[in-house]
Amino acid sequence: MIFQPAIIALLLAAGLSLAMLATASPFAVQLIRHWDLGSGSERQLRLERLTYLFSMMVALVCGLQVLSTLLFVFNADKMSVMFVGAMCAVGALNANAYGFPALYAQLALFFFASTWLAINRLDNQARDYPLTRLKYVLLLAYAPLAALVLYLQFNYFIRLEADVITSCCGSMFSEEADTVASEVSAMAPRQAIALFYAGLGAAVLLALWHWRGAGRRVWSGLAVGASSVVAFFAALMGIVAFVSLYIYEHPHHHCPFCILKPEYDYQGYLLYIPLFAAAAAGLAAGVLTLFARRPSLATLAPQASARLAGIAAAGFALFLVVASFMVLSSNLILLE
Amino acid sequence: MLELANIRKAFNQGQHNEYWALKGIDLEIPPARVNVLKGPSGSGKTTLLTILGCLARPTEGRVRLKGEDISGLPERFLTEIRRSTFGFIFQQFNLVRGLSAIENIILPGYPTGTPRARLVERAEALLADMQLSHRRDAKVEWLSGGEQQRVAICRALINDPEILVADEPTANLDSKLSAEFLAILRRLAEAGRTVILTSHDPLVVESEVVDRVYSLRDGRLIEVVDTRRAWP
Amino acid sequence: MNRWIEKQRHLIDFTASSLARRKGKSLGLLVVYTLLVFVLASVSLYTHALRNEATRVLAGTPEVVLQRLIAGRHDLIPPGYIEKIGRVRGVQKIEGRLWGYYYDSVLKANYTFMVPNDRRIPEGEIVVGPALERSRGLAEGNGISFRAYSGELHTFIVSEVLAHESELVNADLVLMSEPDFRRFFAYPDGHYTDIALWVANPQEVRNVGLKLINALPDSRPILREEVLRTYASIFDWREGMMLALLSAAILAFGIFAWEKAAGLSAEEKREIGILKAIGWETGDVIAMKFWEGFLVSLLAFLLGYVIAYIHVFHFEFALFAPVLQGWAVLYPSFALTPKIDGLQVATLFVFSVLPYTAATLVPIWRAATTDPDTVMRG
Ligand SMILES: Nc1ncnc2c1ncn2[C@@H]1O[C@H](COP(=O)(O)OP(=O)(O)OP(=O)(O)O)[C@@H](O)[C@H]1O
Ligand SMILES: [Mg+2]
Repeated sequence: MIFQPAIIALLLAAGLSLAMLATASPFAVQLIRHWDLGSGSERQLRLERLTYLFSMMVALVCGLQVLSTLLFVFNADKMSVMFVGAMCAVGALNANAYGFPALYAQLALFFFASTWLAINRLDNQARDYPLTRLKYVLLLAYAPLAALVLYLQFNYFIRLEADVITSCCGSMFSEEADTVASEVSAMAPRQAIALFYAGLGAAVLLALWHWRGAGRRVWSGLAVGASSVVAFFAALMGIVAFVSLYIYEHPHHHCPFCILKPEYDYQGYLLYIPLFAAAAAGLAAGVLTLFARRPSLATLAPQASARLAGIAAAGFALFLVVASFMVLSSNLILLE
Repeated sequence: MLELANIRKAFNQGQHNEYWALKGIDLEIPPARVNVLKGPSGSGKTTLLTILGCLARPTEGRVRLKGEDISGLPERFLTEIRRSTFGFIFQQFNLVRGLSAIENIILPGYPTGTPRARLVERAEALLADMQLSHRRDAKVEWLSGGEQQRVAICRALINDPEILVADEPTANLDSKLSAEFLAILRRLAEAGRTVILTSHDPLVVESEVVDRVYSLRDGRLIEVVDTRRAWP
Repeated sequence: MNRWIEKQRHLIDFTASSLARRKGKSLGLLVVYTLLVFVLASVSLYTHALRNEATRVLAGTPEVVLQRLIAGRHDLIPPGYIEKIGRVRGVQKIEGRLWGYYYDSVLKANYTFMVPNDRRIPEGEIVVGPALERSRGLAEGNGISFRAYSGELHTFIVSEVLAHESELVNADLVLMSEPDFRRFFAYPDGHYTDIALWVANPQEVRNVGLKLINALPDSRPILREEVLRTYASIFDWREGMMLALLSAAILAFGIFAWEKAAGLSAEEKREIGILKAIGWETGDVIAMKFWEGFLVSLLAFLLGYVIAYIHVFHFEFALFAPVLQGWAVLYPSFALTPKIDGLQVATLFVFSVLPYTAATLVPIWRAATTDPDTVMRG
C-alpha cells in the first residue's frame, strides 16, 4: 500500500459515490413499486420530491467520476517514479492487474451516469414522467458498478509496493524487482490512422445525418449510438498509436496520458474534452431514440436525440480537427 | 376558465390523524370576474385556494384550466403553469425582507429567464400604476402596510397573469385601505383578469365590487351567489 | 440557451445578495471553510515543495554511489578499490569521497564535514552552511574551534558561508580540505568514505550497478533513482499521515456544513417558502443553492489556498514547521521554490469542496422541496 493524499482522495470519492447510490437504492425500489403519477396521495408527492434528490446525486456521481478519473491518471503519473521501469502513468497503472480495469470501470460509470442524466432530462420534460420507473431500475444497476469501481481501486492501491530502498544491508538493489510494462501496446500506425479516420468520420456523418433528420429515424439514432462507441475506441486507439507520437515527437512513446501534462502544454485536454463530450452525447442520442414510441415523448425524444447528435457531431469533428492539426504541425515523420 | 370536479383533499393521509379538509367540491370560476370564497374558520377556504392556484395537488378529483386537465401534473409543470397564469397576494404580504420594493417585484420573473432590464421596466410601470414610484428602492420592511400591499400586488402582476389569487388580503388593512384594495381589484377585473380571494370580512364579501360569492362549510360548497345583477 | 443563461444570472444575483444579507452566518461558514483549506493546502504545498527541493538537490548528485559493506555495515573504502573498478562502460567519472558526521556538544547538533571534489579549500580554512552561520554566529573571517574525537582542539578560519538556496541539504555542512579532514578524524590515508560514479545515459545506470556488484561483491551501489523513489514515498507518507490526522478536522467541517445548511433560520425558510409560492420551482431553488455553495466554495478555496501559499513560501511555514520538520535540530530556514501542481489542487478540492457538497446535498434538497403552500399557513 502506498499511503498518499491523492489515493485517499480517490478512495473517498469512490466511497462517496457508492454510499450515495447505495442509500438511494431502497428508495428507488419504493419508487419502482409505488409510483403512480395520477394519484395525489401524500406518498406519491413524497416520491416525486425524492426524484429531485436522486437527480442531484447522480449528477454529483457523474461529476465525481470526471474529477476522479483525472485524479487517478495524474496520480498514476506521479507514482510512476516509484516503480522500476515505469516512465509515466501507463507504467504505474501496469504495476498490478487492477490499474487499468479500475480506470475502465470509472469511465464506464461516467458514461452510465451521463446517459442516466440525459434520460432524466428527457423524462422531466414530459408531463407524465413516462420513464421514471425505467430510470430507477437503471439506478439500481449503478450501485454495483460504483461498488466495482471502489473494489478495483482499492485493490489496485493496496497491492502497490514502491521499489524503494528498504533495508540498510544486503543486496537491496532493485535487480529483482519486476520491471513493469511502461507502454501500452499499440497498433501499427498505418492501420490505426485508417481506423481512426474511418471510425470518427462515420460517427460525424451519422450524427449529422440524424441531426438533419430532426432525430425522427429510430435506426439512424441507434446508428449514432453505436458509431459513437466505435468512434470513441477508434479515437483512443488512434491517440495511442499515432497522435501521441506526433505530440511527443518521439517514435516510440505511446502514452495516452502524458499529453495531459504541462510538459506538453496540456494538449490532451483539447483532445479529451471534445471526445468525451461527444461520446457521451452520441451514446445518449442513441439511447433516447428508443423512447420515441411513447406517446408523450413522440416529439420530445427525437428532439432531444437530435440535439445530442448535433453535440456529438460537433464534438467528434472538433476532435478530428484538433488531432489532425496536432499531427500536421508536428516535426515527427512517422509515415514516409 | 377554472373548473373543479369532485375535489377532495386529505392531510396526514393514512395516519391516525387523517383529516379531509375538502370533501368533494365542484365549482366553476368565470373569467374576468371578482370571486370570493367565504366561510367560517377551518372550513377549507385556504386549502381550496391552494388547489385553485396550483400551489397544491388535490388528493382526488380533477382541476381543469381552460379545458385542460392539470390535476395530475407533477410539481415541475404545475409550477410552470402557476408562474405564467397566476399571481398571488398573501395575507402577510410575504415580501422578502432586506430587498428593495423593485427587487421584490421582479422575483417571480427570475425563473422565466427574462432579462433583468425587461423585468425592471415592467416593474416600474406597475409601480407607477400603483402610485409607488417614489418608493422604488426602499427596503420593504420600511414600507407602510398599504404600501406593502401594493408592492405585493405589483409582484403578483409581474408575469402578467390571467388570474389573481389572494388569501385574506384585507385582514391586515383598515377599512380605508381595504376599500382602496377592492377598487384596485375591480380595475384589474375590468381589464380582463380573473380575481379569486378568500375572506370573512363582510366589507369584502358584501362589497359591490364582488361578482360571485362561494360559501364553504366543513369542506363542502354550500352556496354560490351571483351578487351583481348585471354583468358589464 | 439565452434564457437559461439569463436565469442562472438571476439566480446568482439572488444568492449573492442573500449571502450578503446574512453576513454573520455567511462569514462564519467562510472563515471555517477557508481555515480548512488553508491548513490542508499549507501541509500539501509544504511537503510538495520539500519533495521538489530534495529532487532538485539530488539532481546534482552522482548517479551511483558505491559503499563498502562489512557485516552489513557501512565501512571505509580501502586503498586500491577505485583502481579495481577500472573502466566500466558508460561511467563518465569516478571519484572517492570523504565525508562524516560531527557532533557539536555546544549546540547539541550534528554537522556534516565534507571534502568537496569540485573546489580546493586551503588548509586551515573551512566553508560553512547557513545554519552554522546562524546558530554559532559565524561570519567570514571568524575563527572556530572543534574538538576532534581524539580530544584535540582544531581551529579553523571561516572563509565563506554557503548560499541560502537549497538550505535543506547544505544547512549543516562544513567543507574543509582533505589534509584537514584526515587529520581531524584521524582518517587513514588512501581510504575514502564512498565512491561516486557519474553515468551519462540514464538507461545504463542499472547495468553499471549490476557490473559493480559483480566486480566487487562486498559493495553496495546506491542508485540516485532509488533514492528519489525512496524520498518520494517518504514525503508522500508524511503528507498522507498529516492528512489522516486532519481527517478529523475534515469530518468536523462536514458536520459543521451540514448543520449550517440544515439549520436554516426561520427567515431563510420563510424566504424559500415565498419563492416557491410565487413561482420558483424546486429545481430553481436547488440551482440557487448550488450557486450559493459554488460561490462560498470558490471564495473559501481561493482565499485558503492563497493564504497557505503565502504562509508556506513567504513565511516559511512558520505555523506548522515544528510539527512536520522535527527530524533536525538545526531548522533549515530555506526559501522553498514556489510550485503549484494540478494533482495537488485536485486532491485538495476532494478534501474540502467534496465534503461540503456532500454534507449540504440533503439539507438543500429538504429546503428546496418545501411545499409551496406553506406561506399560506401562518
Ligand atoms: N398542513 C396541514 N396539516 C393538517 N391539517 C391541516 C393542514 N392545513 C390545513 N389543515 C386543516 O384543514 C382545515 C382547513 O384549513 P384551511 O386553512 O383551509 O381553513 P380556512 O377556511 O382557510 O380557515 P381560516 O379562515 O382560519 O384561514 C383546518 O381544519 C386545518 O386545521
Ligand atoms: Mg385560511
